[in-house]
Amino acid sequence: MTERPVTHATFSIERTLSASPARVFRAFADQQAKDKWFTGAPHWVRTERSMDFRVGGRETSSVGEAGGVQHRFDATYHDIVPNQRIVFTYVMHLDAALMSVSITTIELAPVGDKTLMTFTEQGAFLLDPADAAQREQGTHFLMDAVEAWLAREAAEV
Amino acid sequence: MILKQMLQYSPNLDLAFQALADPARRGMLERLTRGPASVSELARPFDMTLSAIGQHLKVLEAGGLVRTHKVGRVRTCQIEPLALSAAEQWISQRRTTWEQHFDRLEQYLAETEDTPDDKDTQP
Repeated sequence: MTERPVTHATFSIERTLSASPARVFRAFADQQAKDKWFTGAPHWVRTERSMDFRVGGRETSSVGEAGGVQHRFDATYHDIVPNQRIVFTYVMHLDAALMSVSITTIELAPVGDKTLMTFTEQGAFLLDPADAAQREQGTHFLMDAVEAWLAREAAEV
Repeated sequence: MILKQMLQYSPNLDLAFQALADPARRGMLERLTRGPASVSELARPFDMTLSAIGQHLKVLEAGGLVRTHKVGRVRTCQIEPLALSAAEQWISQRRTTWEQHFDRLEQYLAETEDTPDDKDTQP
C-alpha cells in the first residue's frame, strides 16, 4: 500500500426528530428498528450484519453494490445511558483498506414532544492516494451536497 | 444545514458554497467539468451578458472552484479540482453518509408511532 496521510477532524450533526427520546433511543438500540434506517444506498446489498447493543458489545455491517466495494462498519459500544446517550468507537474499511477510526457520541435531549439529537464524530481519517478521478468525483460530490442542502433549506421554509 | 456543519472545519468552504448557491454558476461549473472553455463559450448557453458571466466567474474564482488565465484576448476558464482537499472530500462524504442515515431515521420515525411503553421509559 502506498503511503496514506492521516488527518484528524471533528464534525457534528444536529437533528430535531419528531419522536420522544425513548423512541429515538430504541431506533439505535433495537437491531430490527435500526435495520430500517441504518442501510446503504437503496440498491446496495448487505453481506454482513451483527449487533450486540451493550457496553463492550460490537456491531458490524458490510454494505455495497453486489460484487462491488464493501463498506464495512465495525463498532464497539462504550457508554449507554438509556434515552440520553450512546458512545461508541468504530472503524470503517473499504474492502481491505482501513479508512477511519472514530469516536462517536449520540446525545438525545427532549424538546417539547420532540428530541434534539446531536451526533458528534471525532476521528483519524486515512486518505486515499489522491488521483484525478477522485478529485473529479469530489467536484460532483460538492455540487450534489449543495443541491441536497438547498432542497432541505427549501423544505424547511 | 450541511453547509453550516461543513464550515466548522473549513472556512474556505464558505466561499465555495456561496459560489455554488446559484443555479447559473452551478451550470457554468457543470460545463467546465467537461473541459476548459473560453468566457464566450461559457456564456453561450446562458441568457446573460458577458459582463454578468464575468461577475459569476469572479465569485467562482473566489470560491476556489474555477481558475482562469488569459492568452492574448481570450480568457480561458477551467475547473479547479482541488477546491476541496482530499481530506475535506473524504470527511464531507462521511458526513453525508450519516446525514442520509438520519434522513432515513426521520422517515422511519414518521412511519412508526409512539407506544405507551415508549412514554413510560422516558427519563
